[in-house]
Amino acid sequence: MADSEVLHAEHRLEYPYSRSTGPIIGAFLTALRDGRFVGATGTDGKVIVPPTEYDPLTGDDVGELVEVGPGGVVESWAWVSHPLRKHPLRSPFAWALIRLDGADTALLHVVDAPGPDALATGARVTARFRADDERIGSMADIEAFVLEGGAA
Amino acid sequence: MADETTEQGPVTTLATPISLDFEFTPGIAQSKFLRGLERGEFLGQRCATCGKVYVPSRGTCPTDGVPTTEDVLLGNSGTVTTFCVVNVPFAGQSIEIPYICGQILLDGANLSFMGLLQEIPVDQVRMGLRVEAVWVDEGDLTPSLASVKYFRPNGEPDADYETYKEYL
Repeated sequence: MADSEVLHAEHRLEYPYSRSTGPIIGAFLTALRDGRFVGATGTDGKVIVPPTEYDPLTGDDVGELVEVGPGGVVESWAWVSHPLRKHPLRSPFAWALIRLDGADTALLHVVDAPGPDALATGARVTARFRADDERIGSMADIEAFVLEGGAA
Repeated sequence: MADETTEQGPVTTLATPISLDFEFTPGIAQSKFLRGLERGEFLGQRCATCGKVYVPSRGTCPTDGVPTTEDVLLGNSGTVTTFCVVNVPFAGQSIEIPYICGQILLDGANLSFMGLLQEIPVDQVRMGLRVEAVWVDEGDLTPSLASVKYFRPNGEPDADYETYKEYL
């Protein structure tokens, strides 16, 4: 290579963060590792999923944890035609806000659907968890949500 | 499943590594510097207006705002203007502590850069220490500062403070 040619190099900047989950998020992630969902009950009786540490209305501690899902309803969605390298799925998918059965708030996750025509606001979906030995207590323990009963 | 939870205990931490992949392009002036390292040389550039020699050069003089076009080959020796003894371990550390980071002002240069100092006990490092670069074996030279293994004392008497006081 001639001296006049400009160099370039691949670099990676990386930090190995780990976060403490606290008792509430920790319980949510523990449930994911078990292949199920839990939400927290707010002071107004509404069920918050994913749970917050504190009641969003009053700032008080949230109440008991209740089981929700694994089915739910798509409240809003955006289709990703060309997934990027860091996206959870290699094939086109939807980011969606999903209100799980028994919950009053929506969870952001991925819907693995055949195409944008197969998806609609109000569509019924259910979680597809990873295999038992692959779950570690992470949002990625849910591989994706899929349409109930196949394509809508 | 419930039994499994009991065995593993509740989730208390979450690994959230963050990483950014990017392509670095050093530009014309820094590419020359890096090509010099590949040959085992320190190559700087002189400002035609103020006469200062920058190594590594960014291609312009920060004082005069003019392109630095004259390449200057610098020697292998320099002076430690200031230094820091590193005693604190951190993630990803590749050098055994304690070690010394020195600001090295190469002879003929008007800009110092950071270098690792070795072959001297940490309590004997001082401002004005005369040092020389130790390069990797010829076959291992690359266009990277990794071509310089470290700096070590070159045996000359300490530099006079007046010669480097502008570069602290």
